[in-house]
Amino acid sequence: MVSALLPCVDHISSLIEGIPEGRLSPDAAQAATGARLLAGLEPYLSEGSAPLPPATAEVTAGSDAAWHLDLRFGPDCLRNGMDPLSFLRYLSSLGEITHVVTDTDRLPEAAAMDPETCYLGFAVDLTTAAPKSEIEAVFDFVREDSDIRITPAESSLDAYVKAIRAMPENDRIGDVLITSGAVTEQEMAEALRIQQERTAKLGSATPVPIGEILIEQGIVPRDIVDAALSKQRRTTETRSSQDTRTIRVDAARLDKLIDLVGELVIAQSSTGVAGGGISEAQSEVMRLVDEVRHSALSLRMVPIGTTLRRFERVVRDVCMELGKEVSLVITGGDTEMDKALVERISDPLLHLVRNSLDHGIEQAAERRRHGKSPQGTLRLNAYHDAGNIVIEVTDDGHGLDRDRILAKAVERELVGPDAVLTDAEVYNLIFEPGFSTAASVSNLSGRGVGMDVVKRNVGALRGSIEVETTRGIGTTIRIRLPLTLAIIDGFLVGVGPSSFIVPLDRVTECVELPVGQLGRECMNLRGEVLPFIRLRQLFHIPGAEARRQSVVIVEQSGQRTGLVVDSLLGELQTVIKPLGVLFSRVKCVSGSTILGNGEIALILDVGPLIADHSDREVAALGV
Amino acid sequence: MTDTPLRRFAFDDELTIVTAAEHRERLLAALGDSHGVRLDLSGVSDLDTAGLQVLLLARDEGARLGLPVEFTEPSPAVADVLALTRLEL
Repeated sequence: MVSALLPCVDHISSLIEGIPEGRLSPDAAQAATGARLLAGLEPYLSEGSAPLPPATAEVTAGSDAAWHLDLRFGPDCLRNGMDPLSFLRYLSSLGEITHVVTDTDRLPEAAAMDPETCYLGFAVDLTTAAPKSEIEAVFDFVREDSDIRITPAESSLDAYVKAIRAMPENDRIGDVLITSGAVTEQEMAEALRIQQERTAKLGSATPVPIGEILIEQGIVPRDIVDAALSKQRRTTETRSSQDTRTIRVDAARLDKLIDLVGELVIAQSSTGVAGGGISEAQSEVMRLVDEVRHSALSLRMVPIGTTLRRFERVVRDVCMELGKEVSLVITGGDTEMDKALVERISDPLLHLVRNSLDHGIEQAAERRRHGKSPQGTLRLNAYHDAGNIVIEVTDDGHGLDRDRILAKAVERELVGPDAVLTDAEVYNLIFEPGFSTAASVSNLSGRGVGMDVVKRNVGALRGSIEVETTRGIGTTIRIRLPLTLAIIDGFLVGVGPSSFIVPLDRVTECVELPVGQLGRECMNLRGEVLPFIRLRQLFHIPGAEARRQSVVIVEQSGQRTGLVVDSLLGELQTVIKPLGVLFSRVKCVSGSTILGNGEIALILDVGPLIADHSDREVAALGV
Repeated sequence: MTDTPLRRFAFDDELTIVTAAEHRERLLAALGDSHGVRLDLSGVSDLDTAGLQVLLLARDEGARLGLPVEFTEPSPAVADVLALTRLEL
């Protein structure tokens, strides 16, 4: 049924989209779609398994309700040709009149009686399925000068009270009463008029409660008004408590605040640098600024769940198209990340999901042949890991075919025919532009565009992407993103006159560069070989090396590398200022920041830095 | 006095707003110079609220004057109205 209804939603929204463009009636294609969808819905109708919900919330709908009618006809109604008796007769056609009391008390003495004046009143108990408004309509002709009161009988009070309690939240008591059917719109309008009149007469600022007027006018009994009032109160309470819990803020204002906090962080670190010694007050300010920074950043954090849940529809649609059975499992939906990141990661994720569905998960028949459950599973998982957010797209399909990828890469001359590549290197080939091993091209994927775009998008967010796959078991694609785009914890290092910032979450430790070289650019770290990069050489910084150099050990994707620097200057909260377009092709540097002393420090992009270095090493060795 | 026969009072037409004033005069006059009346309702072809009021008036007036007022042989039209209003005459 859901599969039948989802396209209907699409169809309706496409119709609605047409309206602003001036297409008031559907075009031929849309009409055809509409007809097809209707036909698709037909079976659910004819089965009649689900009864239609009642159109109104009125208690009286479908079941009999008891009413008490108090009828005081105007003295002139006989002269106007209205016979109260005929109203009674008509009422008996609406339902069953269970009780009538004819009130003759107003009949005067014989001498004073005018035979053409109506003196009689009636109290009628009526049981009917008709709603109150219909009963009310009976007396339309005599309403002007008569006093007609229709109240729910005592016996049905409970039903109304119950109905009012069961109603959806509504903070307008009038609406509650009208929806319950205890009061008609006409009565409510009258009561409102009385309310206004009285407020004007008394000149008081607070109007008489509408409920009081309704009771006073004998329209509804107090019990019902009380039920409606408590409903109204509860609604207002829940609403106001919700209001206090969340507040909508313009994203631009938030960005402005984050910006200011960024400036504050910079200014604060400059006091630290300029002051030399740090007084107690200063350290208190530092602590506060740090807290402000944290809470300002958390303002931008949103759970990733809503984005991930959007893929349920995608998975469903793609599966329909491919004839596969796949269940989507989402975990870690409440992992929070920067709102801007969430928005920008959504498209790459979409591509990965489609890819997994199309290429990863096999057809049910093939899955059975391999002894797997015919229903595939796609997992979306998100979690925090050391200052990063990690999003995993995991399928239990057939995994990547290493040989085929390699063969394809050789064919496309991406790698030499006799190159020896690690598994990770092979799998990373799928991110090359135009790379596809798919035998067939579908309209979903397989055209060789996409994975490179995914990689580029993730890279633009300072993230990384890795593939983990086991032949026949499945593939996991892991996207690693920084928590936020604006501020990072950096580690400030100096090389000669220049300063650099290494993202602190990449730094594992710092050691002194041992004297006496091994000859190559590597050192012995507790028995392990640690390659290192001399920043001085990398950035061609002039000047003599410091007497004692230090090595900052950074880790990227499990690979450790040392960065040789002149001095370690300590931790620093770094507000990232993006490099201009002029430097957009610069690798190894992800941005810059302004230091407290007004100087500029470059922020090192550890991933490309290490990758480039290994490339250069390979090249050097090759020669 | 109790032996005195009640004065018979018959209606031979509708008892509605059209004739109510006329019937009221006649009834009050009849009550005024008798020891009680017996209203023969068999001839009432139609009865409306005004007519019903006249009948109720006669009943009340009789009670006020201490004179018996009896209603006999209600016609179908009268019986219908009495059933509708749950009144007993």
